[in-house]
Amino acid sequence: MQLRQWLRLGAVAVVVLSATAQAQDDATEKAIEKYRQMLREDPWSNPGLLDADRGEDLWNAARGPKKTSLAQCDLGKGPGVVDGAFAELPRYFADAGKVMDLETRLLWCMDKLQGFNRAELVRMPHPGGGQPVKELGAIATYVANKSSGMKFAPKLDHPQEKEMVALGEALFMRRSGPFDFACATCHAESGRRIRLQGLPFLSNPEAARKVVGEWPAYRVSTTHVMTMQHRLYDCYWQMRMPELELGSDASVALVAYLVSTAAGGEISAPGLKR
Amino acid sequence: MRFAKVTAALLAVSAAFGSEVPAQQKQKIDPARVDGTVKSAFPTAPADWQARLTPDETMQQCSAANNTPPAATFETIQARARASIQYPADGKFVGNWKAGEGLAQSGYGLRFTDTTPNRVNGGNCYACHQITKQEVSYGTIGPSLLQYGKARNFSEADAKRAYEKIYDPHASFPCSLMPRFGTNKVLTIAQIVDIVALLMSPDSPANK
Repeated sequence: MQLRQWLRLGAVAVVVLSATAQAQDDATEKAIEKYRQMLREDPWSNPGLLDADRGEDLWNAARGPKKTSLAQCDLGKGPGVVDGAFAELPRYFADAGKVMDLETRLLWCMDKLQGFNRAELVRMPHPGGGQPVKELGAIATYVANKSSGMKFAPKLDHPQEKEMVALGEALFMRRSGPFDFACATCHAESGRRIRLQGLPFLSNPEAARKVVGEWPAYRVSTTHVMTMQHRLYDCYWQMRMPELELGSDASVALVAYLVSTAAGGEISAPGLKR
Repeated sequence: MRFAKVTAALLAVSAAFGSEVPAQQKQKIDPARVDGTVKSAFPTAPADWQARLTPDETMQQCSAANNTPPAATFETIQARARASIQYPADGKFVGNWKAGEGLAQSGYGLRFTDTTPNRVNGGNCYACHQITKQEVSYGTIGPSLLQYGKARNFSEADAKRAYEKIYDPHASFPCSLMPRFGTNKVLTIAQIVDIVALLMSPDSPANK
């Protein structure tokens, strides 16, 4: 099947999804699962792969004020090593003296190696509906895709890594804002929904292994790739909290907590979401 | 000896469950570190949003107890919630169910993109509750409220209880997951009375 036909099928899926108010929830879920199954049968059909390709070009291109590529960017397995790097993140980076997840590390490399302005990169970090994922997100999609099929194997044994996981768990439980929401309000039990949207039980390893490795994911409803940090930003928006900063310790800590819970789960990025 | 065996078996069971959670998650974290992380995570938050970053005493107690507080804390939270409730001046708890339905549907309000002038906050009740048969797109974090008023014979006392649950759910269920719509000034007294009508009015589709 041609990509265009698959995109058309994606549009059909959008129609199916927008009609859910009238449909039986399980019938809807089955339709989405069928779409996912067809994508699995032809992995090249996920539109998010276009962004992975775009990300690969961006990784290799001489860019930024320093006109250099990311070939010297060390994602933890040595400068320029991309294969399998995502499966071992987040991790502690001695050069930065910090624990970083994939997006935070890319932000660091784009700033330090290519000379991009960090403040500028974090100012409008995520795309609006219908807009393609930003460059950093496309590179993240490329890097994550290069661990697709592998299992999450973060070490998380360095004292700062352990601290980040504990910090992430504390943030996951922390209720605040005018609605008193914590991540745990929606994600600390299985089988619950908001409207018709199923909610993963993210503090449960079995449930976390199924979903955490699907990010970055192509989102049918917004027709773009959403990265994990964008996902968290959107959660906080819905929780009535302010804008979560890209590369903040809170973002890294939550990713560290999620990945520690999902350890051993298979990576299938970019995934496909509602 | 039998007791020892049972104890050993129980320990084995608890160890099996305990092993689900990786050991590194058990590390203690300094509350000041958590507060500092939150403060720096939202650098664009305007001055009048800063209060959102810090949980109040009720939320601190609930988060610390994983939402199942010990008896003494339970009572403290409940008493605090009860004291915060303000009642309608005319003493009427059942308003207009049609207005209540609109509020139950609307998730608008208090997000950083919610900037439409004069648009009122919604209660977004359907996000978590089933209320009417007509609305099939409902969430399941909260219990179904179908036939809520009918099951309570439309009693005035139950209308008042429903009002209190929406105004501050901790007055009834300390560490409930539900927002404190009145105490946190998400909805006005008049809006809450309209939502009570959606649940308690004999004419409401919730009771059909």
